[in-house]
Amino acid sequence: MINIPVLRWGEPYESLEIDEVTHFMTGEPLAKVGQANGGLLQRDMRKAARARDVLRDFTSQELIDKIKQAADLYLNGTLPVGDGMQSPDDFARCQSATTGLPEHMCKGNMQKNYFVLTHMDQMLDALTRGLDLEILSRGYGKESRGVVVSYQAQSPVVGLVLPSNSPGVHTLWLPVIPMQIGLVLKPGPQEPWTPYRMTAAFTQAGIPKEAISIYPGGPEVGAAVLAKCDRSMIFGGTATVERYKGDPRVQAHGPGFSKILLGDDVVDNWEQYLDLMVDSIYLNSGRGCINCSGIWASRHTKEIAQAVAERIGPVEVKPPEDPEAGLAAFTLPGAAKAIWGDIEAAVREEGTTHATEQYGERLVEMERCAYVRPVVLHCQSHELAAAKKEYMFPFVSVVECPQEKMLSSIGPTLVCSAITDNEAWRRQLTDATHIDRLNIGAIPTIKLDWLQPHEGNIVEFLFRARAYQIAEELVPAAS
Amino acid sequence: MSATDASSTASLEEKQKMARAALDAHAHETVQWHFHPSTGCPFWLEQAKSLNFDPLKEVQTYDDLKKFPPFEDEWLRGGPVRRWVPQGLANEPVYVFETGGTTGIPKSRISLNDFRTDYELFSDTLPDEHFPKGSNWLMLGPSGPRRLRLAVEHLAQYRGGICFCVDLDPRWVIKLIKKGWMEHLEAYKKHVVDQAITVLSAGHDVKCMFATPKLLEALCEGLEEQGTSLPETGIQGIFSGGTEFTPQWTRFAMEELIPGIYMTPTYGNTLMGLACSKPVTPEDGYKISYYAPQPRAVIEVVDFDDTDRVVDYGGTGRVKLTTLTKEFFVPGFLERDEGEREAPFEKYPWDGVSGVRPFRRLAESTTVGVY
Repeated sequence: MINIPVLRWGEPYESLEIDEVTHFMTGEPLAKVGQANGGLLQRDMRKAARARDVLRDFTSQELIDKIKQAADLYLNGTLPVGDGMQSPDDFARCQSATTGLPEHMCKGNMQKNYFVLTHMDQMLDALTRGLDLEILSRGYGKESRGVVVSYQAQSPVVGLVLPSNSPGVHTLWLPVIPMQIGLVLKPGPQEPWTPYRMTAAFTQAGIPKEAISIYPGGPEVGAAVLAKCDRSMIFGGTATVERYKGDPRVQAHGPGFSKILLGDDVVDNWEQYLDLMVDSIYLNSGRGCINCSGIWASRHTKEIAQAVAERIGPVEVKPPEDPEAGLAAFTLPGAAKAIWGDIEAAVREEGTTHATEQYGERLVEMERCAYVRPVVLHCQSHELAAAKKEYMFPFVSVVECPQEKMLSSIGPTLVCSAITDNEAWRRQLTDATHIDRLNIGAIPTIKLDWLQPHEGNIVEFLFRARAYQIAEELVPAAS
Repeated sequence: MSATDASSTASLEEKQKMARAALDAHAHETVQWHFHPSTGCPFWLEQAKSLNFDPLKEVQTYDDLKKFPPFEDEWLRGGPVRRWVPQGLANEPVYVFETGGTTGIPKSRISLNDFRTDYELFSDTLPDEHFPKGSNWLMLGPSGPRRLRLAVEHLAQYRGGICFCVDLDPRWVIKLIKKGWMEHLEAYKKHVVDQAITVLSAGHDVKCMFATPKLLEALCEGLEEQGTSLPETGIQGIFSGGTEFTPQWTRFAMEELIPGIYMTPTYGNTLMGLACSKPVTPEDGYKISYYAPQPRAVIEVVDFDDTDRVVDYGGTGRVKLTTLTKEFFVPGFLERDEGEREAPFEKYPWDGVSGVRPFRRLAESTTVGVY
C-alpha cells in the first residue's frame, strides 16, 4: 500500500489524519492519503507569492519546454507517488480501481493530458490570441502591432477543488504553470492519482517544486482553497455552480447538459447522424460534461430514440480491466440507486417513455458498487421533467420540440452540436448566450478542439487586461 | 493514614476499585435524592410511576442505572422548565442553559451551582505556570443562553481573574451555513474576532483564554494581519473546546498556530459538564483522551447496537453519558458522538474516550463545528 503525504509547496507533510483509498470492487486498500486541515492550507497561503516568483525565474518558453518533457514522463515514466513508484500501467490500474472508470478509459485520459501538455505552446498561443507570453510574465509590453498592452495576474496561484469521478477534468489546469502561476490542488478523495503523478512529472522535468501544493482533505479544505486563493476552480453539481455564479474569484464547473440539435432541414436524414449521436452519448462511459444528454428534433424523435436504444441499450457491465468495458461504476454508496429512482420517477410522467426498457434491468447492484446501464428516454414535449436531465452515465432524452422553440427551451448548454444548413438558425445559435461551446455541423459533442477555450478562457480568468501607460523609451520591443 | 494518603500511594488497580466504590455510593445517593418525594424533581417523580422497578429500592450501584430506559433528550425540549428543579432545591436561584435551537424548541437544562463546581474541578487540572492565578481571561466562544460563557467567567473568577467576553450566537452561524451565505459567515466571524483583538490590545493583562478551534484559527489569522501574534499579546494558556478536536488539528495548533502556548482540549456539553483531556504530547501522536469528572458524570463507550454493553479497550463505540448531581440526573444518555474506549490511568482511574467524532450514523444530517 502506498502512503501519500500532503505536499506543502513541494515538501511532504505526514498528516496524523489518514484516509484509506480502496478498490471499488474488492475493497482492497490501495493508498493511505494524508489529510490536510484547512488551517494548514491557510498558513501556507502566506507564501503563495513565492510560487509565482520561483516560476518567474524561468521564461514561459522555458516552462513550456519543461512541460513537454513532463508530458513524456507522465505518459511513459515510472514516477514516485508518496513512498511508492508507479508505472503508467500501475497508474491506470489505481485510477480505475478507485474511480470506477474502466482502465482503458483511464489510459485514454492519459493520452488527452499528454496531448495537451505536448501542444502547450499552440494552446497558449490560441488562448492568448498570439500574445507574447513575456507580456504575461512582465505584466506589460508592446504587441507586434505596436500597441502597449498590460495583463495583470490576479493571483500568484490558482486553487483547484477537483472531483473524484471524472479524471478528464485535469486538462483544464495544465496550462497554469507555463503562465507562471502556482498550483494549489485539492484532489478528489477517490482520485489523488493525477495531481500527484503530474506533480512528479513536472518536478522531474525541472519545474520548481515550490510552485505546487497538494492538500487532500474534506470539505473544510475545499472551502479553505476557495477562501484563500484569489482565483480557483471548483467542480460540482448545479448547486455548486449556482453558489459561485457571479463570483469573479471562482470558476465553477458543473453539469454540461450538452445537446445535439437536429434542424428541420436535416432531420429527415437522421440515420446519417446515428453514429455521431451514439458516440456523443456513450464514449468515455457518458461521464463527462461534454457527453450528450439531450437530442432535440421536431420529428422522428421516436425512431431516433429506438435506434439509439438499440445501439446502447444492450451494453452490459464488464470488469474494469476488460478493454471492452464501456460503463463506469458508481462507487459512492447509494448513488446509482438514487439516480435510477429519479429516472423511474421521470418515466412515470405522461409523455415520457423508456426506450431501453426492453434491453433488461438498468440498475446493476454489486457488493461494493453499482452500475446503471445506458438509458434512452423519449419525451413528447420539451416541458417534461425528463427533457432536462443529466446523469454521469450514458443517458439521453430524445426530445420532440419545434425548431423555433428549441433555443428558448434547451436551457444552459455546455456543448451544443447543431446540425443544420439553415443560415438564419445558425445565426441565432451563434448569438445564444446560454450555449458555451457551439459546434455547427456534424461534430460529436465530445470532440474537443484544444485550441478553443473551455467554459471560459483560463487566461482571461487569471489575468486582467488593463491600461498601462509608460514613457515610450521604457517600453520593451515586441519579441 | 488519611484517605488522601491512601489514595496517592495505592496501585492503579486499587484506585480503580476505590473510584468504583465511590461511583456506586454516589449513584445510590443521587437516585435517592431525585426520586424521594421530598427532594426529587417533578419530572422524575412522574417518570417513576411508569417504571417497572422502584428506583429508591433497586438502585444500589452504578450498574443498577441500566434498569432505566434510555434517556431521551427530547424530554428536555419545552416546559415547564420547573419540572426539572428538585424539590430539595426549589427555593434556590435557578439558571437555565440551552443547547441546539437553530430551528424549533431548544433543549434546556436547569442549573444552580453545577457549572461552577464543574469548572472549579477543571481549574484544579490547569497548570498554574501556563494559566497564572490572578491573570485575566478572554472568553471567545458561544454566549447567550449557553452555559459556557458563565462557566468560563466563573473559572476566571475562581482563579482570581476577570473575564472579558464577546457575543457569539451559534444559531445564527448555523443559519448562515444552511443558507449558504458564506460572505455573511465570514463577516460575522471577523466581527467576533475583531472584538477579541480589541480586548487583547487594550492593555487588560489577559493571559488565558477559552476559544473554539475555528475561532482560535481566525484570531491568529486576524492578529497576523495586524503584524502581531497570539504569543505577542501575552496569552500563555488556552482552554479549547466546543467543537470536534482531531490529533492533526492539535498538532497543527501546537506546532504552527500557537507554538509555545499551552493548550488543553476539552470535551463537554450542557448535560454532562466538562471532561478533561489526558496531557496531549507528540510522543503519543497527539492523541486526545477525555475523562469525565467522575462520580459527578460518567462516560462509557458502548456498542452501537447493544448500548448496555461497553466495548473492549481500544474498541469503537458510541459515547454514553450519565450525569449524577443533586441538580440534574441523566441516566444513560446516548451522545451524538462516537470514539474509542480508553483505559484508566493514575490521574483518572476510570474509563475515558479518545478520537471523539460525530456518530457516523447521524453525522450526515448534523451541522458540526460551526463556531
